[in-house]
Amino acid sequence: MPGFLLRRLGQALVTILGVVTLIFFVQRLTGDPTYLLVPETATQADIAALRHQLGFDRPLPVQYLDFLGELARFDLGQSVVQRVPVTTIIASRLPYTLMLAAGALIVACGIGVPIGILLAIFRNSPAAKAAAGFVLAAQSMPTFWSGILMILVFSVLLGWLPPSSTGDLSNLVMPSFALGLLSMATFARITRSALLDELSKDYVRTARSRGVRSGRLLIRHLARNASIPVITVAALEISNLLAGAVIVETVFAWPGLGQVTVQAILARDFMIVQGVVLLGAFVTVLLNLLSDLLYSLVDPRIVLEGAR
Amino acid sequence: MSVAAANPVPRRKSRGLWRWWPVGIIALVVLVAIFAPWLAPYDPNQQNLLGRLKPPGTVSRSFHYWLGSDELGRDLLSRVIHGARISLIVAFASVILSGVVGTTLGMIAGYRRGWVEIAVMRIVDVFLSIPAILLAIITVAVLGPGIVNVIMVLALTRWPRYARIAYSQTLSVANMPYVRLSALMGAGAPRVLFRHVLPNIVGAVSVVATLEFGLMILFEAGLSFLGLGVQPPTASWGAMLSTGRNYVATAWWVATLPGACLFVLVLAVNLTGDAVRDRLDPRHR
Repeated sequence: MPGFLLRRLGQALVTILGVVTLIFFVQRLTGDPTYLLVPETATQADIAALRHQLGFDRPLPVQYLDFLGELARFDLGQSVVQRVPVTTIIASRLPYTLMLAAGALIVACGIGVPIGILLAIFRNSPAAKAAAGFVLAAQSMPTFWSGILMILVFSVLLGWLPPSSTGDLSNLVMPSFALGLLSMATFARITRSALLDELSKDYVRTARSRGVRSGRLLIRHLARNASIPVITVAALEISNLLAGAVIVETVFAWPGLGQVTVQAILARDFMIVQGVVLLGAFVTVLLNLLSDLLYSLVDPRIVLEGAR
Repeated sequence: MSVAAANPVPRRKSRGLWRWWPVGIIALVVLVAIFAPWLAPYDPNQQNLLGRLKPPGTVSRSFHYWLGSDELGRDLLSRVIHGARISLIVAFASVILSGVVGTTLGMIAGYRRGWVEIAVMRIVDVFLSIPAILLAIITVAVLGPGIVNVIMVLALTRWPRYARIAYSQTLSVANMPYVRLSALMGAGAPRVLFRHVLPNIVGAVSVVATLEFGLMILFEAGLSFLGLGVQPPTASWGAMLSTGRNYVATAWWVATLPGACLFVLVLAVNLTGDAVRDRLDPRHR
């Protein structure tokens, strides 16, 4: 186990290094990143001054090592527009995005898993067919459209829920649903296929022939075995939810990281964009790692590559 | 591949023509996109400031707004028709670009092995570990918005998907006796890959491509919604949704109608993708 852990940690570190390198190169796609940081009205002298101040006139390898060094100290640079460290801005907005992602995860699991069970166990019932259609529709629905439709129905027509901004929990309901519905489809599919896999196994037939009733079979035997892929997917879905939050936050004017990113792009405040993307990538790598570890913890039968 | 023959799939009951509706929808949208200038009743960018935000069916000056008008009095029907062009052009171009690049790199990695394999597949891992929408956003932030940049960005973001599937498929195909024989008889890597490997993996790749197509339509709309995609006044469904959001309370049609087009098209593409997968991949049945 420790051997596997170390190996996997090493892999994650290599991936993070790769991500940082990729972002470094993306930043220089147009040649000189200084232009990303100046307002369109800046003079050539302003640009040259900023280029020198930020060190973009040094050789590339030096810049690269410097970039790595700053990241290693958790320094994401400074917002050029607001003159505040990017980490401060991220720290002030992160709780909102986490709240939204948590709400969406509850929606996704809370609807997706029962639908998956329905799809697997009552395969041919009319309810299952309707649910399958619902899953497919949710998967094809752009989050910004479902968000707008929800605002239209629940805020404008019915007046049940506030259309945007923050306040109490009622403000979180619609964004969570808009964001969660897409992941809901993933959860439903995984739950369904995991259950179908388990249902075809011998122990299920044995239990049935011994007269174990379906409900008990589901809870005592199937749930535990089928939960493994579902848990792994949950870890991966969280990173999708965080990324999807960018659009949903814009729809509902939710003051999280997504909103700050979009505003930063429009204000040409590249350091914030870069900070958020780096954070998103780190979180994704960590969640991947976590998902692998969970896999081995939930199911002791699984012998992982590199484990002794 | 011979897998399907070795493991025969039971024939399905004959199904009615109506089962083909997703393909019909896609064909319809493609036709509308091709003939947009002739189908659209008005110029999509022609403004009529006296007829702003008119509900569907309104007649204002020389305009007859079948689907209503937007905040500048432009005909929504004409804009929706022209928006289909942007969606399809971006989706087609980015799928083809990322598909060609990804498949080629994946095949080379799977055939050449060694350091090429390690390098390509590590890069694939890195790309896939950044959430695609975030990678697209930061790249657009650097390159600037616009239709060509959106296509480049989507291709840059999505090629690893194809590389991964082409790689794993090539690994198994490259070991087949006739492929090895061909190499043994002196065929170079390009000939082996394009004559023998590619025809065998094209099915798996096209399953990915169909599913990616729907995703690319959503990505384009998402980027345009954030103001990072196609720039105004060009009609894009995502951009129309974005402005329509400001008028949800007073003019519901501006946001809902382009969104409905987007939803129906993506649903049709996803259904077709599922059907293609069922056909080509017997394991999925």
